Amino acid sequence: MSPKREIAFTLNGVPTRASVSPELSALALIREVLGLTGTKLGCGEGECGACTILVDGRSVNSCLMFALDCEGRSLVTIEGLAADPLGARIEQAFVEAGAVQCGFCTPGMVVQAHNLLTAHPHPTREQIRRGIEGNLCRCTGYFKIVEAIERAAGAQE
Amino acid sequence: MQIIARETLIGKRIAKLDAPEKASGKTRYIHDLDLPGQLYGKILRSGRVHAKILRIDTSKAKALPGVHAVITAADVPWQRPIGVARDHLPLKTDRVRSPRDEIAAVAAQSEEIAQAALRLIEVEYEDLPVLTDPLDALAPDAPLIHPEPHGADGGTEHLKPGAPVAYSGRPDNLAMTFDYEQGDVARGEADSDLVVEDTFRLHYVTHCCMGVSGIIAEFDSSGNLTMYSNTQVPFLHKREFAEILGMDPARIRIIQPPIGGGFGSKLDIYPFEPICVFLARATGRPVKLVFSREEEFLASPTRQPVILKLRSGCRRDGTLTFRAVETIHDNGAYTSWGATTPFVMMQTVSSLYRVPHCSYHTKAVYTNNPYAGSFRGYGNLQATFAVESHMDRMADALGIDPLEFRLKNAQDPGEVTPQGMQFKTCGLKECLKSAAELGDYQAKRRAYAALQAEPGRFKRGVGLASMLHVGGGAKIYPSDGCGTILKMDDFGAVTLITGASEIGQGSETVLAQLVCEELGLPLSAVRVVNNDTEITPWDVGVHASRTTFIGGNSAIGAARKARAKILDAAAKQTGLPAQALDLRAGQIVEERSGNPLLSLAKLIRSLHFSDKAELVMTTHYYEPPSHHQDRQFKGDVSAAYAWASQVVEVEVDTETGAVRLLKVSGAHDVGRVLNRLGIEGQIEGGIVMGQGYALTEELIVEQGRIRNPAFRDYKLVTAPEIPEIAVRFVETLDGEGPQGAKGVGEAPAICIAAATANAIENATGVRILALPFTPEKVYRALREER
Repeated sequence: MSPKREIAFTLNGVPTRASVSPELSALALIREVLGLTGTKLGCGEGECGACTILVDGRSVNSCLMFALDCEGRSLVTIEGLAADPLGARIEQAFVEAGAVQCGFCTPGMVVQAHNLLTAHPHPTREQIRRGIEGNLCRCTGYFKIVEAIERAAGAQE
Repeated sequence: MQIIARETLIGKRIAKLDAPEKASGKTRYIHDLDLPGQLYGKILRSGRVHAKILRIDTSKAKALPGVHAVITAADVPWQRPIGVARDHLPLKTDRVRSPRDEIAAVAAQSEEIAQAALRLIEVEYEDLPVLTDPLDALAPDAPLIHPEPHGADGGTEHLKPGAPVAYSGRPDNLAMTFDYEQGDVARGEADSDLVVEDTFRLHYVTHCCMGVSGIIAEFDSSGNLTMYSNTQVPFLHKREFAEILGMDPARIRIIQPPIGGGFGSKLDIYPFEPICVFLARATGRPVKLVFSREEEFLASPTRQPVILKLRSGCRRDGTLTFRAVETIHDNGAYTSWGATTPFVMMQTVSSLYRVPHCSYHTKAVYTNNPYAGSFRGYGNLQATFAVESHMDRMADALGIDPLEFRLKNAQDPGEVTPQGMQFKTCGLKECLKSAAELGDYQAKRRAYAALQAEPGRFKRGVGLASMLHVGGGAKIYPSDGCGTILKMDDFGAVTLITGASEIGQGSETVLAQLVCEELGLPLSAVRVVNNDTEITPWDVGVHASRTTFIGGNSAIGAARKARAKILDAAAKQTGLPAQALDLRAGQIVEERSGNPLLSLAKLIRSLHFSDKAELVMTTHYYEPPSHHQDRQFKGDVSAAYAWASQVVEVEVDTETGAVRLLKVSGAHDVGRVLNRLGIEGQIEGGIVMGQGYALTEELIVEQGRIRNPAFRDYKLVTAPEIPEIAVRFVETLDGEGPQGAKGVGEAPAICIAAATANAIENATGVRILALPFTPEKVYRALREER
């Protein structure tokens, strides 16, 4: 085992310190070290988007990011989005639009939708589809996920 | 006083009860659960396609600090074979038959240590001749996959009667056969003006559940086993695990955490599950075993690959005369549910359309390839692909519009098919007409056909296909039932304890809705408990699109008993006859006027805190009025049948071979819409799963090895690729269905590939007989044709 290093960062608005080994991913830091299990491991290879988090406001596949690279950054996970008005609106829209089936991809989708709507508050349907193309869902066929994001965007007015 | 009108939740758009937890990341899947003192399990797989195991040395792995147990078959001489044919030992003894085969397993204090320990296990193999082409499997000189009885230590203990290990081996590679006949195919052929024959090739795809397979197993100090499992069939598993482990079933408890996708993949017991139990037993600690994504691709089941020869005939006027099917099912190295897909395939062959003479023959043959399980649609995608391709071929050969051709041969309500299926309700003709209208099928088909020979890189086409599937359960086991326990608390709230499992499809919401309908309660007054065999009553499991139908009827039965008890008590208190009363919005009301008479909660408390002191608690077991098939595969196996037609519109890039799905227009006989939001979600998701099967997904298997075990190379449909869709519900109000509903879970995925094949033909004039329609395959087909 490699020697651990202490890092400091902000997690969902809370200043946080953790001791991490160099090979640890940001996803493992969040799930295993800090115990927040809302962020999911779907593939571990950056292909499915289930592990999407916000790092300094931008969406990232946390399975591909080293925990050490979280030093000094601000991380927001699905657990932190509920406190954010846009995050809460998106979650509500996912519930109401029927965008959730097995739910395993949902946290990553919600975080990605937040990223999309922050950059493009009034996206077209095409932009929404492009915006979530890195997030796989096996249950819904994406229709109601797209609708939920449209609904959340509409609710911003 | 406020008048309370009767309100209904049926057909409304109801958000799933579990959605808020899931959308906020609070739901705890198996991957998110950890038990105190838990160890981590890992499995060593052979990596060899076919080989003898000469030697296994685990001593270095056992010596690694943090390793609590390393086990091989020698450590569990009492292990018993699993799977549909009981031909599969969890830990292999003397021979491996595919690269995913389990050789040894480790339990360690961390995943990293378990992984490191696997690398320290030494195994010596002697490679054996490999069999990977199912067409070669029955040749006299083919390598045999299960030549010897296999079991404990390669010894003879298992040959004694009643001994734990039971697989006797086979002198050939024949895993299973299915032979069905109706009428006289030779006579049908003699009666035909047109006969067509093709061989269709259906490929490997896999479920790709977003949550990978996993289990936690734990023994208590009295030897009782608890498994946290993603199974779709907890009660069948309880019994089967007892058999495999040599345990009393009463000592096995299965708890199902929320599941990250099922789609049929969790209908069988797979080696990792008993292996995890072996590790828990060996260490006396809870053991958690979760796959990596790569392992999920390599070692979870696939959809059944099929080579299907179809011969079909009809008369000049378009009347079908006969259909004859022969298939080779590549069974892979072991037998799971994939081998049994002929049960469903022959229904489509014999009964989707009226056809007097029919034969269906399957040989499922052992190879060293991956093995298939059950997968949403259960053989029906494969059978429908062939049958509906031929419907278009025959219509075109006769010069009849394919819609008219199908309508001429379509089933009607009241039909009893030669296979014994009774179509009490049947919306096929309405589905055909509705889908054709929604997709503007007839006009577009003529227009696109006329453009085939015109210059131009992009060609469009429309294709139509229909499907028949069980919609009222499927009587495969001794019982196809589901139990419900319903209890009401002192405040008028309901706990619905059901055997029916939720796998993301929305069953708990629809069951709660059906209960609310009987008891006049808002959804917020119902809690559903559905995931613990120690608490819930028996259910056969989530399969065959049965949960809403069977679980729904069971929940309604329990709710009606509670309603009767409440209204009887209310009648005594109000002096009105029970028939004059109704339950609405948590109140007892006068049925005709809607005048509230007393609150439900108060009534229940008055029952509870009275001299007679009783609670409102009811139970109900629902068994559908369906029948087992006889040995000739005849019988009315489902209490209702679901129908659908879909029109697919595609654009083919004739320079690259790329096919784009533009629009899917579907009409579904669902009996009745219960939760509109939920049923739309099932249909939309099914359509896109069908799209992946038709166009993008393929598990590439070369010489027994899976070449693309990652999402990078196994192409799931992503959001930008989804088509426009239009769906119409045909509500035939089935007399046996809960509020008239039928099952819908599998239906939407079934026709897409067949309809896409027909659409590509309409666009290009080229018929492709093998899936998936990748750019390369389409490109080659277009070039060969010209």
